[in-house]
Amino acid sequence: MRFHFKTDYDQDIRLFEDGWTFSLYAALLVLALALPLMIDPFFLGEATNVLIWAIAGLGLMLLTGQTGQVSLGHSAFMALGCYSCVLMMEANVPFVLAFLLAGVITGVVGALIAIPALKLHGVYLAIATLALAILADDIIVLLKEWTDGVNGKMSPPIDLFGYEISRWNNPIEWYYLTLAVVLMVTLFYRNLLRAPLGRAFAAVRDSEISAQAMGVNVAQTKTIAFGISCAITGLGGALMGLFAGAFNNETFNFLLSIQLLMMIVVGGLGFIHGAFLGAVVIAFLPQVLSMTTDLFGRGVAIPGLESGVFGVILILFILFEPMGLYGRWLKIRVFLELFPFARKDMFKRQKSYLKTERLR
Amino acid sequence: MAQSRGTLHHKQGPQNREDRVEVLQLLISGLANGCVYGLIALGFVLIYKATEAVNFAQGDFMMLGAFVTLGLVNPEYAGIPFWLALPLVFVIMGVLGYLLDIVVLRAVFGQSQVAVIIVTIALGFVIRFAVGEIWGHEPQSLRSPLALGDVRIGELVLGLADIAVIIVTVIMTFLLWQFFQRTKMGLAMQAASQNQMAAYYMGIPVKRIQGMVWALAGIVAAVAGILYASKGALDPTAGFIGIKAFAAAVIGGFGSLPGALLGGLIVGVIEPFASRYLPPGWSQIAPYALLIAVLLFRPHGLFAQVRAKKV
Repeated sequence: MRFHFKTDYDQDIRLFEDGWTFSLYAALLVLALALPLMIDPFFLGEATNVLIWAIAGLGLMLLTGQTGQVSLGHSAFMALGCYSCVLMMEANVPFVLAFLLAGVITGVVGALIAIPALKLHGVYLAIATLALAILADDIIVLLKEWTDGVNGKMSPPIDLFGYEISRWNNPIEWYYLTLAVVLMVTLFYRNLLRAPLGRAFAAVRDSEISAQAMGVNVAQTKTIAFGISCAITGLGGALMGLFAGAFNNETFNFLLSIQLLMMIVVGGLGFIHGAFLGAVVIAFLPQVLSMTTDLFGRGVAIPGLESGVFGVILILFILFEPMGLYGRWLKIRVFLELFPFARKDMFKRQKSYLKTERLR
Repeated sequence: MAQSRGTLHHKQGPQNREDRVEVLQLLISGLANGCVYGLIALGFVLIYKATEAVNFAQGDFMMLGAFVTLGLVNPEYAGIPFWLALPLVFVIMGVLGYLLDIVVLRAVFGQSQVAVIIVTIALGFVIRFAVGEIWGHEPQSLRSPLALGDVRIGELVLGLADIAVIIVTVIMTFLLWQFFQRTKMGLAMQAASQNQMAAYYMGIPVKRIQGMVWALAGIVAAVAGILYASKGALDPTAGFIGIKAFAAAVIGGFGSLPGALLGGLIVGVIEPFASRYLPPGWSQIAPYALLIAVLLFRPHGLFAQVRAKKV
């Protein structure tokens, strides 16, 4: 157990709690940078996939974990980010500009959609965003002239300052590109959380009424949260489409946003680490499952197995570990740090009773 | 289906007799579809009224109910006569609903709606997978006594199944509505949803009441599933029509049983007309566009239950 003797208010909002934490994350960064030297290109591709999922997950985490709004429509914003990025790249906009602009466009559209949608809350918001995700699928088909509908688009090779990156020829560069985006997004996210806006997000999540009482403009905060969340998810979507090589309306169907939501719940709602842990689970689950079915001699893929198993995992997490993988790690850490003084009911959830939202 | 018959046909004017018959035909098939949506929406509303949560797996419940019936009735499986199997199906689905509540949903008792949303979505995935493993992914058809074939009245061709679906749905809605309005149990359910703690103070066993509601929702889902399967083929992805039932429930206001039925009918009727008169591609959008429009302009549905809180 490390004790922090606070001598300065700034200590509360430092990016890293102390030198030890800083060195841990620095070690993690070094490990991430050295990863291509250690594993072969196939697993490097998987690692890139994990990072891309993590970016999209961070986007949804900002909305669901930090601001407390559920969205089942983030696949629509992934699609928007992907299509706008690729369309701009095809119009010879440099990649970096196209990529960032795709994020901005997605964010602005997200915020515009949020203005009416956030009058709704809880269940209604979830349903409205679900309808949005389903509509996005159909709209992509309807806008054939731009999106090529069901035939889909091939993602163009990325031209980074005259240096061409394609997934198959240079996976290492692809990995570093994704890692750079991850670092950018994570630092932005972490800094946002210690800024007034991030505090406002948490206030809105914990109680809208008390947030309002403390002078937080709830509607505006929610709209900004939705916008930033969509922007980050749009970046994730753009990378996902470019990484996949080809994509069409099916790539971004509404099941993707449900997967995204499940991912952040399994990882741990409200923690940056949660998005990464969830991404690891969701990216490696298919591999683990196919290995297991091979073991039992059922070589052919079992339809629906992946989502079925994921559903079971999710239910188990909600029943036994609502704080997700990262929450479990926190508990283990506290247990180790306090050993042997940790008590069983230290993390017991307070009993709560639901009241209707209809008569507010 | 209908959209293959040339989209400019309707410009000749509705005086045309053939057109009128066609409109009537579309209307009846739309109403029958709408009744199935309405019944699934009834399941949503039941659970919402009694637990203030939304069961995102209600569509999959319906699919499960249909498959359980199919497994009991069809000769290639158990081969029990339909009317004998019917009570058995209700018992199975009721017990299943009750067990689900005890095992899964009681763990999120009192938690926010978000937890319930996520749990029920996951449940839907699990049900779909289990059904696919047990009964296979091929479309199958239920040997239902409601699938009686067609009847011709002049130029009008009516599916008897459609009419049966409409009648059964209206009866179900009426019974459930009366149940919530008149019986003590129904009132207890409403109280339990509005304020769990206050309901406890009044001596209502909130948790048991919630279990009963899930059992009831299972039975309603079984009815919806049987009706759905009487109208056509059935496969494990049938549960996705639950999403259209959302539109129905939202249009109806999520707290109102007749509203849910009406919402279902509206969605059901819009669909065939949209696919007949709108260019292909636009027609699938219609129900969802309507859903979003209702959410934007009347966020609590046409039968709103939201009132400002009086202090």
